[in-house]
Amino acid sequence: MILVYIEVREGKVKKASLEVLSEAKRRANELGQEVFAVLVGHGLESLAPKVSQYGAKKVIALDNPLLSSYSPSGYAHALAWLCQELAPEVIFFTATSMGKDLAPRLAAQLGVSLASDCIQTAVKDGNLEVKRPIYAGKAFATFRFKSSPIMATLRPNVFPLGTPVDGQGDAEKRDVAVPEDQVRDRVDEVFKEEGAELDVTEAEIIVSGGRGLKGPENFDVLRELTGILPHSAVGASRSAVDAGWIDHQHQVGQTGKTVSPNLYMAFGISGAIQHLAGMSSSKVIVAVNKDAEAPIFKVADFGIVGDLFQVLPPLKEELKKVLSE
Amino acid sequence: MNIFVFVKRVPDTESKIRINHETNSIDEEGLKFVLNPYDEYAMEEALRIREAKGGKVTVLSVGTEESTVVLKKCLAMGADEAVLIKEDTPELYDGLRTAKIIAHAMKTKFADYNLLLFGKQAVGADNAQVPVMVAALLGLPQINVVTKLEIEGNTAVAHREIEGASEKVNTPLPAVISAQKGLNEPRYETLKGIMMAKRKEIPVLTLQNLGLDESSLVSQLELVKLESPSARQAGTVIEDEPETAAKRMVEFLRNEAKVV
Repeated sequence: MILVYIEVREGKVKKASLEVLSEAKRRANELGQEVFAVLVGHGLESLAPKVSQYGAKKVIALDNPLLSSYSPSGYAHALAWLCQELAPEVIFFTATSMGKDLAPRLAAQLGVSLASDCIQTAVKDGNLEVKRPIYAGKAFATFRFKSSPIMATLRPNVFPLGTPVDGQGDAEKRDVAVPEDQVRDRVDEVFKEEGAELDVTEAEIIVSGGRGLKGPENFDVLRELTGILPHSAVGASRSAVDAGWIDHQHQVGQTGKTVSPNLYMAFGISGAIQHLAGMSSSKVIVAVNKDAEAPIFKVADFGIVGDLFQVLPPLKEELKKVLSE
Repeated sequence: MNIFVFVKRVPDTESKIRINHETNSIDEEGLKFVLNPYDEYAMEEALRIREAKGGKVTVLSVGTEESTVVLKKCLAMGADEAVLIKEDTPELYDGLRTAKIIAHAMKTKFADYNLLLFGKQAVGADNAQVPVMVAALLGLPQINVVTKLEIEGNTAVAHREIEGASEKVNTPLPAVISAQKGLNEPRYETLKGIMMAKRKEIPVLTLQNLGLDESSLVSQLELVKLESPSARQAGTVIEDEPETAAKRMVEFLRNEAKVV
């Protein structure tokens, strides 16, 4: 069986989890296995029908009031308990902030290795193989597993969502015992970043700015673009972040986030190696830069050599026009 | 406050990574190695806590003899002690192996600690596994990817970064904390620090000294293949009047790339 951990934030199933579930279903068909999904929290069983639409034969909601807010120790404890009983062959997580926090904890508890942030899975000679970026995408490594269960986290925004089909699987709520000392690291409070709608790792379009923006106030111009582009977020280069123009959360590159959106728009970003590593796997890249020799043009599908402050206003108007069509 | 900081020697982020296909490994020739950038934040935070609350900062690395250089840097920044756990196995991209070594060392050699600080990940392997795995193996609470940390008595209060938000967690010590960029501004080494670090002995422990049996550390990941990313084709680059250029870019996005 392939077990997929389904992440819930603010009462909603994360899209990235459904992507993982869809990928698990594709591999399970090849391996001749079933897919089970597991939710952890309190009162989440109502989410089961949505999850089963993506191919889970059974959706298990592990329940305990102590798990109503996230704690890595408590969640790992509950999952380890379920794994003992189900003995899954494969366990998949999303490589989101929660998945990256939780999967290694469970892996260590189960005594198995973990492949992080995979971007491809395949079945070769009956064995599961995964591919993952290393050095922030400057190289790729393919792994096979000598342990059971196989454990991997899968990068969001990479694996296609399956087509939802109603009424596929069963749902089951299971009460799980959690000792008090296993929730010592539970989250007390969540602070939303002001104005933040989407994280760069989740966005389909990233509008990114670098040193060429010249100052923090000019990120507002990029925000006007994200205001009209659906599912978009503002990104930044390391120099813009290090200059204090924008928070580190927005940084794309080797000491920031590695992203693969449908569209990456780079404004005033020259394209240092560590930045290119973090965004080269974007499906489409466009760039505006004053310097015709900037390395960003070597990876861009479409580039404009010019002053971004002159290009941005008409670009915004043109985009508005086509988006309203 | 007895603080341990765990650090790794990694290739500089400006490095080009080449693959040696014969050995199925990264070609290290000509690579510049540095202290993992995220570990600098962990190191700085440890020093700030010591300055505020007193105590001792010990820095520990699992790696080859060459890791001494990054340990010396930490000593020059202000760490009180440094320890190298010598590990000559080439990079296996297996976080569990490193975590087992660290957890075992903590249990058998350094049982007296209040806080274990890590960088949130080492650039390179990019696993982001070791801090959490050490916490699991030692049965400690964890706060991962931390951008703000306060120690109040026997409690750590931290903000950890998540997508578009931060989570506030408070947990009793001892605990594992991993540092994210933004936690602080790491200091530079002082000349005096560099001189002191030069003279300082760095004790070396081997896996054998620790009583670790290689059979308990065998990696369960088998590296099948390493490859370079497929090079992107450079596309059209134009120079035109801003209005025309903008219009052509949007036409490209709409009609050719079909992404808007």
